[in-house]
Amino acid sequence: MTAIDVTPVGAAAPEHIPYEPPTAVRRGGTALVLVLLAAFPLVFTNPAVTSIAVFTMIFLVAACGWNIFSGYTGYISIGHAAYYGIGQYTVALLVMHLKVPAGWDTFTLLPVAGLVAAVLAVPIGFLLLRVRKHTFIILTVAVMFILQLLAFNLTSWTSGSGGLELPFPTWTGSFFNEPFYYVGLAAAVVACAVSWWVRRSKYGLGLLSIRDDEDRARGLGIHTTRTKLIAYLMSAFFVGIAGGLYASFVGSVYPQFGFDPNFDLAVAVLVFVGGIGTLSGPVIGTLLLIPLQQYFYLQFGNDNLFLIAYGVLFILILRLLPGGIAPSITQLYRRVLVARQLRATAPPGPPGTAGSPGAAGISRASGITPATVTGAEGKEDTP
Amino acid sequence: MLVLQAIIDGVLVGGFYALMACGLTLVFGVMDIVNFAQGILVVLGAYLSYALYAHLNIDPFLGLLITIPVMFVVGIALYWSMIKPIKRERVIMSLLTMFAVGTVMEGILDYIFTSNLVAIHTSYVNSSVKLGSLIFPSIYLYAFAMSVLLLGGVYYLLYRTRFGRSLRASMQNPTAARLVGINTDWVSAFSLGIGVGLAAAGGMVFGLTNSFDAASSYDLISRLLAIVIFGGFGSLSGALIASIVMLVIQDVVAVVWSPTWGQTTFYLILVLVLLLRPQGLLGRKAVRAQ
Repeated sequence: MTAIDVTPVGAAAPEHIPYEPPTAVRRGGTALVLVLLAAFPLVFTNPAVTSIAVFTMIFLVAACGWNIFSGYTGYISIGHAAYYGIGQYTVALLVMHLKVPAGWDTFTLLPVAGLVAAVLAVPIGFLLLRVRKHTFIILTVAVMFILQLLAFNLTSWTSGSGGLELPFPTWTGSFFNEPFYYVGLAAAVVACAVSWWVRRSKYGLGLLSIRDDEDRARGLGIHTTRTKLIAYLMSAFFVGIAGGLYASFVGSVYPQFGFDPNFDLAVAVLVFVGGIGTLSGPVIGTLLLIPLQQYFYLQFGNDNLFLIAYGVLFILILRLLPGGIAPSITQLYRRVLVARQLRATAPPGPPGTAGSPGAAGISRASGITPATVTGAEGKEDTP
Repeated sequence: MLVLQAIIDGVLVGGFYALMACGLTLVFGVMDIVNFAQGILVVLGAYLSYALYAHLNIDPFLGLLITIPVMFVVGIALYWSMIKPIKRERVIMSLLTMFAVGTVMEGILDYIFTSNLVAIHTSYVNSSVKLGSLIFPSIYLYAFAMSVLLLGGVYYLLYRTRFGRSLRASMQNPTAARLVGINTDWVSAFSLGIGVGLAAAGGMVFGLTNSFDAASSYDLISRLLAIVIFGGFGSLSGALIASIVMLVIQDVVAVVWSPTWGQTTFYLILVLVLLLRPQGLLGRKAVRAQ
């Protein structure tokens, strides 16, 4: 598994026990994943497989972008399909009106798609970020549906439900998917790098403090609205790029597939499964689930059975791994270290006493109940 | 005259939207959870009425005596199986869980009933009452009467019974309610049951007045959430006012401008209202969790 991993920030570190695997493991793991991803289409040349890989990259960009805002601030947006759709329509309209030839030239429009999404995210985000929690979640959906309705209704721009067509590049055969794949991979690397930078920076600390206690963060002098808005713009930028890539890959844009409620669910699921608010979470979730989902879709797509399979999977993951995969691994790693330290240093005492401070520390930062770390039964939170 | 007709239509249709939205806002008020599956539950109610009518020839209104209890039990089962086990971050986890439950139900309904649009065709679907130049479709009149009856029932339950008092206590302060001996688990389960039961009634009318399939739930849930946000989360009267306002705006815009812009106009008004009052028309102001 990847080792680029969560560094819980803000909790006092208990002595000697690092929060993350050693640097060598993390760097080595990241490099290994990168090499594997770069080599993937060279090994598997079957177009059916590589097209799944392209979709995986598109979702990887989107998931990393989504996590920068929703993961770090705790404001769950399930309306980011708004920017997915904006990215798609931007690329489609630019290709149509500027007569951009299909092929490599289309890729130069991707940053534009991201920028347009980010610019439109300014007024939308300013509006949305006035409210919190559930109202925020639902407003994001409402905005997404407003944009979908606009895409249906502004027929002179979008040609409504008829959709827009993009010309296909002249690449043929097994080579067709590869440019899309590598562009997607590059965008994903950039998204992860930005996510990493945010996580390590002082600015990122501000975001995390908003997640933990927004009023207190404001009291400590963080300009919360501006901080949240910038993260919102960054996430809209990457989701817009993902949308643009999708449009140029699929070659058509429709309101219901651009502003797609299923996309919202999918991205949230990916990040929740991997571990929300962690660096590696979106990567793990996407690389695991999107190929699986595409497989379900190809197998059971005809009669919508894949909806059942996917929904059940989501419920199971929410139930069994409420913290996500990445935090669970980190926890396991720390548990091993704590146990080893206990055996090495402390005289035999009641188990758990020395483990608890570390456990409490990690729970503060990554939102994992101490109960799961110490192995006790889960306690109910006060509402 | 056209505008007056549009207003009347809006009020009549708004009545049954209020039914569905009240289920949503009630559940939110008691448990602080957003029942994202309400849209698909309404569709489930519509399919139940459809199945009873098509196969057993039971009138949809009479069929409510079967569908509402069935859906009530579904709601209670959903609480114990899905909501209760959630230990932490209840708000977001429950929302995502209900989203997932909705996805599963959509898949199941699609599988059973296929994705062809269906509608319930009873004898009175197309009849109407004329009053001067105004037309009152009788189905909407019946539906409105039923909505008033059911909402009156909910009101009575909430404000005139012992159960209602414990429910309102749980809405105001769950911890204190538990301290004075209210079994908040069962209150929550019952309120989800009531919410889903109201979805059954709303779904019946939805099935009588629209052609639907499982995917209709997306449109429904976005409208219902818009209504509930507009009225203010947890406020029953807010939901009532908001649904009538929404449907009136939509119908009037459809008449004086164009049908395609009706819903968009409502959403834009919603956004404007939220700029001024982030908590909605009659919502409680958010207080800081301690």
